[in-house]
Amino acid sequence: MSKQHWGFVLGGLLVALLLAGVVSNFASSQPDGLDSSLRDGCVFDAEENVIGGSCPAQAAREHELGDSPLADYGIRGIGNDFLSTGLSGVAGVLLTFAVGGGLFRLVRPRDGGRPDGEVAGTARATAAGLKG
Amino acid sequence: METVAMHISNGIINGPVAAAFAVFALGALAGCLLRARQGLNDRLAPMAGLVAAFIFAVQMLNFPIFTAGVSGHLLGGALAAMLVGPWVGALCVAVVLVVQALVFGDGGIAMLGLNITNMAILGTAVAYGLIALLLRVVPRTAGGLAVTAFVASVLSVLVAAMGFVAQYRLGGTTDLGAGFGALTATMAGSHVLIGIGEGLITATTVVTVAKVRPDLVHALRGRPLTAPAVPVPVTEGAR
Repeated sequence: MSKQHWGFVLGGLLVALLLAGVVSNFASSQPDGLDSSLRDGCVFDAEENVIGGSCPAQAAREHELGDSPLADYGIRGIGNDFLSTGLSGVAGVLLTFAVGGGLFRLVRPRDGGRPDGEVAGTARATAAGLKG
Repeated sequence: METVAMHISNGIINGPVAAAFAVFALGALAGCLLRARQGLNDRLAPMAGLVAAFIFAVQMLNFPIFTAGVSGHLLGGALAAMLVGPWVGALCVAVVLVVQALVFGDGGIAMLGLNITNMAILGTAVAYGLIALLLRVVPRTAGGLAVTAFVASVLSVLVAAMGFVAQYRLGGTTDLGAGFGALTATMAGSHVLIGIGEGLITATTVVTVAKVRPDLVHALRGRPLTAPAVPVPVTEGAR
């Protein structure tokens, strides 16, 4: 694989790391579309406890791994919110890249895969051009 | 304690329905894996890993949607379908959801099949269908690509949201009675707005990649964008 291609992948990773590591701290902390739909009908206090009404969100139960060290996009033990969110984002990007990249590498055909569609496409186009 | 939940949490949909969707999602992902395999090579594998990592990052960026107290975030199906195609794309979104459920406590593990069905499978499938259709009619320019990405995003987010509504109809743990209509309406309304945000992010990202490395945009099938329509004098006949 070319140096240029790895350059693109590394550049993309850098952007993802900046987004998850820094920009994530400026994200909205309001519930998302799904969560807010499920909270419709309930009244919440500042600690997110239901203090009145009824809504589908009340049926929510604990997450199986809710005490994971990275649960809720933070790092347990780090008091500084900015650092905790940012580092958990960095960890998530690297982990997702490793799991995703690893999976796709693992399942690709043994011979390293067919040449790219790009190459095949170019070859086809050239052949067609020569014929015409 | 304040928890961050972006996906379906445990307890929202009952066990049997969640299990049925887990079986469905597993089957669908196995199918994607078989189809994806043929196209994978040493070059595409790291690119696909990057797409998954990028979706993870952007999902953390909840944006306000101009409805009081509600935010939205990227789901990623349209972006993945544009950049790496439907089969690898669905797997990319699924990888993100699995990492989020297993490591970040986001989206119940028992609910993973439901979340994967809505966002990885439905979201990517709808997006890809629209992309394939639209790219036949729009010009192969940055603008055409952006419009395609935008429309595919809005509808893929809306369909993913309706996937949840259907699942809630089948196995929602709270009997909403007549309130089900209201849930459907709120989900649809908020997700049209979220879809617009998703559309802007997807269009910007895809057009950027298309300008730098058009060969890495699956939807372009290896051909670069053409410059915006400049009237080309017809000289064919003269020659």
